[in-house]
Amino acid sequence: MQNLELSVNMIFVTAKDWILALLGHFLPAWIVVLASILISGVAILCLGPVIMMYLTLLERKVIGRIQNRYGPNRVGIWGLLQPIADGIKMFTKEDIVPANADKLIHLLAPIMTVVPALMIFVVVPFGKQMTAVDLNIGFLYFIAVSSITILPIFMASWSSRNKYSLLGGMRTAAQLISYEVPMTLAAVPAIMMSQSLSTNAIVLTQAGSLGLNWFIFTPWGIVGFIIFFLCATAECNRPPFDLPEAESELVAGFHTEYSGMKFALFYMAEYMNAFTLCGIAATLFLGGWQGPILPSWIWFFGKTLALVCIMIWFRGTFPRFRVDHLMAFAWKFLLPLTLVNILLTALWHFVSPLAAWPVSVLVLAVVLYTLVKLNRVFVPEKRSYVFAD
Amino acid sequence: MTLFGAGVFKGMMVTLKNFLTSYFRDRDNGGIFTVQYPEEREKAIENFRNFPFLVYDGSFSKLRCVACGICERECPPKCIHIEMELDVTGKPARKPAVFDIDYALCMNCGICEEVCPFDSIYMDHTFEVTSMTGRRSLIREKKALARSNEYFQKIRPAIAATVDQKRKAAEDKKKAATPQSAGGQASQTPPPAQETK
Repeated sequence: MQNLELSVNMIFVTAKDWILALLGHFLPAWIVVLASILISGVAILCLGPVIMMYLTLLERKVIGRIQNRYGPNRVGIWGLLQPIADGIKMFTKEDIVPANADKLIHLLAPIMTVVPALMIFVVVPFGKQMTAVDLNIGFLYFIAVSSITILPIFMASWSSRNKYSLLGGMRTAAQLISYEVPMTLAAVPAIMMSQSLSTNAIVLTQAGSLGLNWFIFTPWGIVGFIIFFLCATAECNRPPFDLPEAESELVAGFHTEYSGMKFALFYMAEYMNAFTLCGIAATLFLGGWQGPILPSWIWFFGKTLALVCIMIWFRGTFPRFRVDHLMAFAWKFLLPLTLVNILLTALWHFVSPLAAWPVSVLVLAVVLYTLVKLNRVFVPEKRSYVFAD
Repeated sequence: MTLFGAGVFKGMMVTLKNFLTSYFRDRDNGGIFTVQYPEEREKAIENFRNFPFLVYDGSFSKLRCVACGICERECPPKCIHIEMELDVTGKPARKPAVFDIDYALCMNCGICEEVCPFDSIYMDHTFEVTSMTGRRSLIREKKALARSNEYFQKIRPAIAATVDQKRKAAEDKKKAATPQSAGGQASQTPPPAQETK
């Protein structure tokens, strides 16, 4: 029984080890090392696009249900082949480049968006011993790589020579830089408590006896998770933070001038970012692959998909932010809250848990109340026109 | 004072409710209202109108149309073409020799139906009219346009019933009048505009 559980738990790791052992019989050691890199690389390179394809289907299905429609259900059963049909459509479409566009950068931008999106997969711990590269600065790597995504978006907007694209790019730069700050700071408590930047070590600290000692079960964990998740939604330009590609104002924002597969690459990057950001959020606060009974990778994918579904739920619910509200929310509300949260985590570390809960809740309540009061938007009193009545 | 952010959750609960009810409620109670078109279709309401057709009583040779040409004149996009049939002596036979409607031009306004004094042209419920061979094949000739009165009664029962009643009354009146003046019926006054909605 123990053996079976272990084997299901480690099914992918065992498969990889088995292939490597097989290769080791008749190939020199350095080729086996290369093969090891190749296997992980190919797995990630296949996983990314497949996840993207089926997230689009999931999104269209869930949004459809929210709006009392079926969503795609014609290609294959339950529309399961719809993403493939979409892919074929994208591949066969004409690639139009504006006459005055900066051709090289216009070509490079969609390629460059996908690369960091795929690179983040490297440090995501998919399961027990299933981190492709267990960097000891895994989280730092994630922050660094995910912040590159601003650059190709700005490249795309600048090179297409279109005012809508440029406006979208400007908004992206402003939004992503703003939300990067509270996102990083919201993750600091998790790093403080696990005393490591390695994503794998962060997951291991949340083990507990049943694998249920997740950070979200603490006051600073809840606050940190909510802030991190909101910022992650903003980071991958998903509604209600989709100002960079606001259809009603900017046609399609930074990818207005892209068609065919180049457009599809932007889409792919967006969905892969959504998935990895949800994965990192699950890693930092929801215990990653920790959990009782079920195999570790099922826990990880379950948590991540649940978060993705919440993102889709957001999209089905909320209207878009106004630009100034968006900025004010990041700088005037989330940022101070994350700073308080970091202090609270330190307090939690030194005070016994019994006393820490009421103290934390009290501090958070006071801070929230103050921030809400301070952030109140000035609404002038209704004017009355004496002579008009 | 309401709790800060309560509206956010309220909104999310609305969409969650819609999501969940879409699985087990029917379309009028918050379920999915999509009609999966080729497999299922909505029941057409009686006054749903599309392309015009010609009504005949009994057999195709007894078309109600007398080729008066009112619909041809009134048709805004001029999609109707009528030629009167002449009998052996060269007099008009009060029957159409040619009656074509170009479905590619027709804009489904229903004015022909309204102006027809002989209750002979009505709007059909068929809307799946396509052609693989260009617009020529969308020109429907007399034969293709003709539908029996039974068909008319089937698709638009209420209107067909009033029309039938009116026609029967006119018939009876004519029968009663026949012994006195056999030839005086040529300039029979057309019945008033029908279509009592």
